[in-house]
Amino acid sequence: MARAQNPISTSSEWSFELVQAYDQAIGEIAREFGLDTYPNQIEIISSEQMMDAYASVGMPIGYNHWSYGKQFLNVQQSYNRGQMGLAYEIVINSNPCIAYLMEENTMMMQALVIAHACYGHNSFFKGNYLFRTWTDASSIIDYLVFAKQYISECEEKYGVEAVEAILDSCHAIMNYGVDRYKRPYPISTQEEQLRQKEREEYLQRQINDLWRTIPNDDHDKKQKKKVRFPEEPQENLLYFIEKKAPLLEPWQREIVRIVRKIAQYFYPQRQTQVMNEGWATFWHYHLINTLYDRGLVTDGFMLEFMQSHTSVIYQPSYDSPYYNGINPYTLGFSIYTDLKRICENPTEEDKRWFPEFAGSNWVETLDFAMRNFKDESFILQFLSPKVMRDLKLFCILDDDKNPTIDVTAIHDDEGYRAVREALSAQYNLGNREPNIQIYEVDVRGDRSITLHHQQFNRQPLDEESAQEVLKHIHRLWGFDVHLHSVRDNEVVESFHCPLPKKEDH
Amino acid sequence: MTYIVDRRLNSKNKSTVNRQRFLERYRQHIKKAVSEAIDKRSITDIHNGEKISIPAKDIGEPIFHHGQGGKKVRVLPGNKEFVTGDQIKRPEGGGGSGNGKGAGNSGEGMDDFVFNITQEEFLNFMFEDLALPNLVKRHLAGNTEYKLHRAGIANEGTPGKINIVRSLRAANARRIALTGGKRRKLKELEEEEAKLLNASHPDDLLRLSEIQTQIAELRKKIQRVPWLDDFDLKYNLHVKHPVPRSRAVMFCIMDVSGSMDQATKDIAKRFFLLLYLFLQRNYEYTEVVFIRHHTSAKEVDEQEFFYSRETGGTIVSSALKLTDEIISERYPPEQWNIYAAQASDGDNWNDDSTICYKVLSERLMPKLQYFSYIEITAREHQALWTAYEKVLEDFPQTFAMRQLVSASDIFPVFRQLFQKKVA
Repeated sequence: MARAQNPISTSSEWSFELVQAYDQAIGEIAREFGLDTYPNQIEIISSEQMMDAYASVGMPIGYNHWSYGKQFLNVQQSYNRGQMGLAYEIVINSNPCIAYLMEENTMMMQALVIAHACYGHNSFFKGNYLFRTWTDASSIIDYLVFAKQYISECEEKYGVEAVEAILDSCHAIMNYGVDRYKRPYPISTQEEQLRQKEREEYLQRQINDLWRTIPNDDHDKKQKKKVRFPEEPQENLLYFIEKKAPLLEPWQREIVRIVRKIAQYFYPQRQTQVMNEGWATFWHYHLINTLYDRGLVTDGFMLEFMQSHTSVIYQPSYDSPYYNGINPYTLGFSIYTDLKRICENPTEEDKRWFPEFAGSNWVETLDFAMRNFKDESFILQFLSPKVMRDLKLFCILDDDKNPTIDVTAIHDDEGYRAVREALSAQYNLGNREPNIQIYEVDVRGDRSITLHHQQFNRQPLDEESAQEVLKHIHRLWGFDVHLHSVRDNEVVESFHCPLPKKEDH
Repeated sequence: MTYIVDRRLNSKNKSTVNRQRFLERYRQHIKKAVSEAIDKRSITDIHNGEKISIPAKDIGEPIFHHGQGGKKVRVLPGNKEFVTGDQIKRPEGGGGSGNGKGAGNSGEGMDDFVFNITQEEFLNFMFEDLALPNLVKRHLAGNTEYKLHRAGIANEGTPGKINIVRSLRAANARRIALTGGKRRKLKELEEEEAKLLNASHPDDLLRLSEIQTQIAELRKKIQRVPWLDDFDLKYNLHVKHPVPRSRAVMFCIMDVSGSMDQATKDIAKRFFLLLYLFLQRNYEYTEVVFIRHHTSAKEVDEQEFFYSRETGGTIVSSALKLTDEIISERYPPEQWNIYAAQASDGDNWNDDSTICYKVLSERLMPKLQYFSYIEITAREHQALWTAYEKVLEDFPQTFAMRQLVSASDIFPVFRQLFQKKVA
């Protein structure tokens, strides 16, 4: 096949000119398919720098903390031992969208990364509703700079240890730093800096009010009725602590806030793994194939590409020693690819299952799917019977009350819906993570804070780690912390920090 | 719109601070691992880093997660044999099938956290509490060195330091100041003179001659103002700044005589190796002199000191005398902190030991900051040890001696000898 009439490159060495040429060619095709992206900033880095980027969990600028050092040592160790290759790319949800290319990559790999990150992920960041709601791509870099600076100033003023302690504690409850049902204000650095001082003073005043101990005559009587505080349970632990913890210094509140804001920035990524990776994989596959169809890359290039692509979407089966959960690349890629097929060549089954878009314009349908869902709802909407058959998905129920594990549904006509619902639920953050909320603060008494864990499917908390996390909450809150694990409105287990004295119970 | 940026030249050690923080936090664990490693490994491969492993539960970052139990629904890929309604026996041990919820948190597994520290870090941990004795004391005693720094311009100084430009500028200014008024007067008179030159009126002539004498007088006065005066002279000023002195020289003295068997030499070598590494990292300006001796002493380079073979009888004093000679030739005690360490198996010609005592206590010890002696032997002490014990009595602050039996004693003894003394 002499299809490559005028290939962009023939050797596997890359150069800046070639990177640019590929980016142009890929960008052109991406625009033809209507991919709307932020401007791209492609940064070429060495493998050491890639390890640095890795260790800072994808933040281009991070404040200093030992846990990132641990992360780094971990990456370095396994990389040096050859246990793992580095990811081909890291891409940052910012405007311009920053993508890292490693200098060790071949030309093919650079092109793949450009297609995957600069057009796939980038358009996802710009289009998906969660990212649009929760993150502000244009200000994140500024905010991270502010955060890093603020924290290093605090270290100078109050000592590294004091700052580290607060950060440790905040990290422990970082997953509880988001109001799921409220839209946040976009973060802007300038504003942050301007308002920060003001906020410090204002906050402190409010807190002093809340904890006022001098009795106030006219209020005294009404309080007999005992209003619970907070009136509604609070799911955003970090926010509540930032605003209401009685003993924190203003700078400590600011650090809590920083961790909360960063948690918020990562919140959409935790909920769109399958969609995001699937989308990027689908598009690198599609864009590179179009390059090939137009004779811009050689057969050799394509072979190398297919090999990488195949290993990216490899899904070991549940009983394989390599099995490590469902590969989000595979699942996402399969769903999008099948969605395209359903639009272009719908079968009778597809028409039954997806009457709304079987036979519609695939570019528009995929765009719609990318923009308006998160993993949970995306799977519920678009996982087709064919994908379930291809991946041979089956559903098991592991109930500790039963002596055996039951297979409740498999990839057949009776099981499709059940499997799909179960898989969707598996991606629901609310099911994956223990549901923990602030239930009550004893404002007039010992100032203790009470948390409730609403059990889901009777799943208990891991005791050891729960006890550890309570210590951290205790550090932030400053008074006793209680955690009740609740099943059907009944407390089944309780944790306390500090541990209650033996005689009392 | 795409920008391509080459970042490869940017610093690549962005994680260094975080790494350091991690090491700091787990200091105790790492120190323990390091000292265990020292016990095990031979000191000749001290140049490597070390693999440190820390129990994972000690460094976990706790988060809330689900524990075992309850009802779990899971979707898995790759079904081969199951149909709806199948009942599978639970795997033994109750662990569920491998992908528990805890898997998301890398700190929760039971494996140890393993990582490498570099040689430098390894040595840092190893030498942490050690310091060369008395260095600070000597420094505080005031035997400081000075360094000249430029400190602007002064009115006094030696001729060699005259600042010509500034001196001439000052002279110029003085001349202008002193002659300004006279010059103005002179100018006026000269103008008047020019007008009167062609006059013929006797009054005018009288006036002219009057003016001319005045002019001559003024000129004389102006001329009398010196072109350069004593107080015009400006000198470059240099002031002395004390420089802290951490310049040290270490004499390593080793017996390589016939009585030293290979094992003993090996231990001695290791001791010096340790010492040498220690010096290299603690003091920027440290010189090391290696002296090996049997019946006669010889100054050698490092390579030869550790690795060449030679045998013969034993006269310890030869090495001590050579040390003294080298000190007076090259290392004046007022400029150098001098340390010496000697390793031997304790063998010496009997009548030489008294000479050793004399050389040490009379000539060497007054110049030295510290002298440490290690005797590598499992046998009874001999005359040399007794002689040195007398030195120890005379110089308890600056003389130290220890006995080593096996290689495993090296590090503890080394630490003892060079323990940081709490002031």
